[in-house]
Amino acid sequence: MKRYAWLIPVLLLALIGFGPPLAAAEDVIKIGFNIELTGDIPDVGEASKNAAEYLKNQINNAGGFDVGGKKYKLQFIYEDNEAKAESAVSAAQKLITQDEVLAIVGPQASKQAVPAGEAANNLETPMISPWSTNPNTTKDRPYVFRGCFLDPFQGPVVAKFVTEEFKAKKAAVLYDIASDYPKGLAEFFKAAFEQMHGAGSIVAFETFTTKDKDFSAQLTKIVASGAEILFVPQYYNEVPMIIKQAKQLGWTKPIMGADAWAGGDLMGLCGDDCKGHFFPAHYSNVGAKGETKQFIDNYTELYKKTPDDVAALTYDAIGVVLAAIKQAGLTGKVKKDRTAIMEAMGKLKDYPGITGTMTFKPDGDPIKCAVVVKINNEGKFEFYKSVCP
Amino acid sequence: MPWGGALLASILQNTLNALQWGSFYSLIALGYCLVYGVLLLINFAHGDVYMVGAYIAFFVATFLLASGGLPGWVVLAVTVPITMVLTAAVGVTLERVAYRPLRRKGAHRLYVVVTALMCGIILENGNLALLGAASRAFPELVTTTVFSLGDVKLTNLKVAVIVVAIGSFLILETIVSRTKIGMAMRALSYDRFALPLMGIPPDTVIVFTFVLGSSFAALAGLLFAMSYPVLDPYMGAMVGWKAFIAAVVGGIGEIRGAFAGGFLLGFVEIMVAAFLPSTFRDLIAFTILLFILWMKPTGLFGVARFQKI
Repeated sequence: MKRYAWLIPVLLLALIGFGPPLAAAEDVIKIGFNIELTGDIPDVGEASKNAAEYLKNQINNAGGFDVGGKKYKLQFIYEDNEAKAESAVSAAQKLITQDEVLAIVGPQASKQAVPAGEAANNLETPMISPWSTNPNTTKDRPYVFRGCFLDPFQGPVVAKFVTEEFKAKKAAVLYDIASDYPKGLAEFFKAAFEQMHGAGSIVAFETFTTKDKDFSAQLTKIVASGAEILFVPQYYNEVPMIIKQAKQLGWTKPIMGADAWAGGDLMGLCGDDCKGHFFPAHYSNVGAKGETKQFIDNYTELYKKTPDDVAALTYDAIGVVLAAIKQAGLTGKVKKDRTAIMEAMGKLKDYPGITGTMTFKPDGDPIKCAVVVKINNEGKFEFYKSVCP
Repeated sequence: MPWGGALLASILQNTLNALQWGSFYSLIALGYCLVYGVLLLINFAHGDVYMVGAYIAFFVATFLLASGGLPGWVVLAVTVPITMVLTAAVGVTLERVAYRPLRRKGAHRLYVVVTALMCGIILENGNLALLGAASRAFPELVTTTVFSLGDVKLTNLKVAVIVVAIGSFLILETIVSRTKIGMAMRALSYDRFALPLMGIPPDTVIVFTFVLGSSFAALAGLLFAMSYPVLDPYMGAMVGWKAFIAAVVGGIGEIRGAFAGGFLLGFVEIMVAAFLPSTFRDLIAFTILLFILWMKPTGLFGVARFQKI
C-alpha cells in the first residue's frame, strides 16, 4: 500500500480544489446542527434532520429569511456527533471555528448536550438543545439554551391540571425513592399541590424501590386514604404493574403520570388498563390544532412518518434561533452577531412555537406550557389540554 | 368510617396481599429446598429457572392465543402443563450439563454451588442476548374480577395464587413422605453411598428432584407473570435470592420450612411497607430473619443433624 501513499495528498488537494465552492457569505445565514445521526439513537438524529430540512426548504422556497429588510438564504450544516460526548465537543468546535456558523442547534441528548454546551459557551456561540432536560446543559452558560421544559416543571403542571380538571383537593403519590427522576417529580408535585391546598392535602406519599414488582401494601394505603387522584411519575415499564394492581385493589379514580410514560411501549405492556389516564408531555401528535397540525400533516406527507417530540422541538428550536436573529439584526461580523443573537434569545418573549408558547430567561431555560395528554380509547396519546405553570 | 374499622380493613387487605406475595416466595423456596434436601446443593440457578418458566409461559400462551381462537381459560389450562414440562426440561438439562459431570468427578460441593451461580447468570444473559432487554407484557388469559368484601378487595387471581401455593405444598409433602420415589429421595439424602447398594439408581432420583423443583418454579413463574404482567430477564434474580433466604429461615431441607419461610418473608415485607416507609422494608425484613436464625440457626423447622430432608 505504501506505493500509493503519494496518492493521499494528491487526492486531498483535489478535494479542496474541486470541492463545492463556498457560498458567498453575504446573503446566507449559516446554522450548525450537532446531532446524533449515528450511534445509539439514530432515530433522534434523523428526526432532527428531517425537521430542519423541512423548515429550511419552506423558508428558502419562499425566497429566504427576512432580516432587517434583506432576504437571506438558510444554509444548514449537519455534523454527526455519533451520540458520543467527545464527538459532540469536536463537532461543536468544527461548526464554530471552521464552518463559522452563527448558532448551533443540538445536541439532543443530555449526554452530548452537556459537554457540547461547555464548548459552545467557551467559544461564545449561541447553542440551543431542543430535547436535553438535564439542568447542567444550560447552567451558568449564558450562550446555551434549551427548547423543552425541565423535569421538575411537570410537578406544578400536574398539580394545576388536577386542581382545575378534577377539582381535586386530596392527592396521593406513589414513586420510586431510589431513582432521581421520579423522586424529583414527586417532591415538586407535593410542594406545588400543598401550596394550592394547604399542608396535609397530600394524603398518601408512598414510596417503593427500583425493581419492586408488588405495590399492594402501598396501594392499599392509597386506596384507603380518600385521595381523589394518584400521581405516578414512573417509567413506562413500571406503570402497567402499578395501574393494574391499583385497579385490583379497588382504585377507580384518575391516575396522572409524567412524560416518561411516553418513553417506550407503554400501551403494549399495559393494554386497556392505562386508557383514560393522563400525563404531561412536550407535545402530542394526535388531536393537535392550528400550526402544530399543519406541521404534523406536512411532515407526515414528506417523510411518511409522524413527527415525534424531537422533530417538533427541533423545529421550534430553529424557529427560536431565527426569531433571535431577526431581532438582533445582522452585521456580517460573525463574532459580534453571535453575541447579539445570544442576547436577543435570552430576552425572547412569547415565541409561538408548535410545542407551546415560549418565553426565555437569560439563564437559557424557557417558560413554556406543557401539553397534558389523555390516553384515549384507541390507546393513542391524544392532546387534551395545554397547561401553563 | 371509624378509625378501628379502617385499620382492621387495612390489616385484612394487607394480609391477603402478603399471602399472595408470600406464595411466590414459597413456591420458589420449595425448589431450593428439594434440591438441597437431596443433594445438599444450593441450586443458585433456581431463581433463573423460575424466570425461564415465566418466559416459557409467555411464549406458550401468546402462541396458543395467536394460533387458534381458544378462550383464555382453555389457553391457561393448556399453558400450565406445557410450561411445567418445558421448564422441568430446562432444570434437568442444567443438572445433566452442569452438575452431574462435576458430581461424577467427585468435585467438592462448593464448586457445584459456584457452577450453579454461573448457570443462573448464563440463563439471565442468554435470555438478554436472545430476546433483548425490552420488557414483555404477559397476555391476560382470564379476566381479573374484583370482589369486594366490605373494604377488602379480592381478585380471582389472588385467590388462585394462594390456593395453588398451598396445593403445591400439600402435593410435594405427600410425594416426599408417602410415595416410593419420595422415600428414595429421603434415602439419598441420608446416605448417598448406601442407596445404589440397595438397587436404587441415584441419578433417577436426582433427575426426579430437579423435575419437581423446576416444574413448581414454572408454576410460580406463570402465576407471577399473570399477577405482575411485565417480564424482564432479571426478574428471577432478586426474587430467587430472597426465596433462598426464606428457605434457609424456614429450615432448608424441610418442605414445611420452605413453605412457612416463604410466607413469613412475604408477610414481613408487605406489613413493613404498609405501616412504615418502604425504604425500611428490606432492612426490617432481613433484620427479623437474621434474628430468627440467631435464635435458631437450623431455621424454624430445621432439626440439627448432618443430613436432612
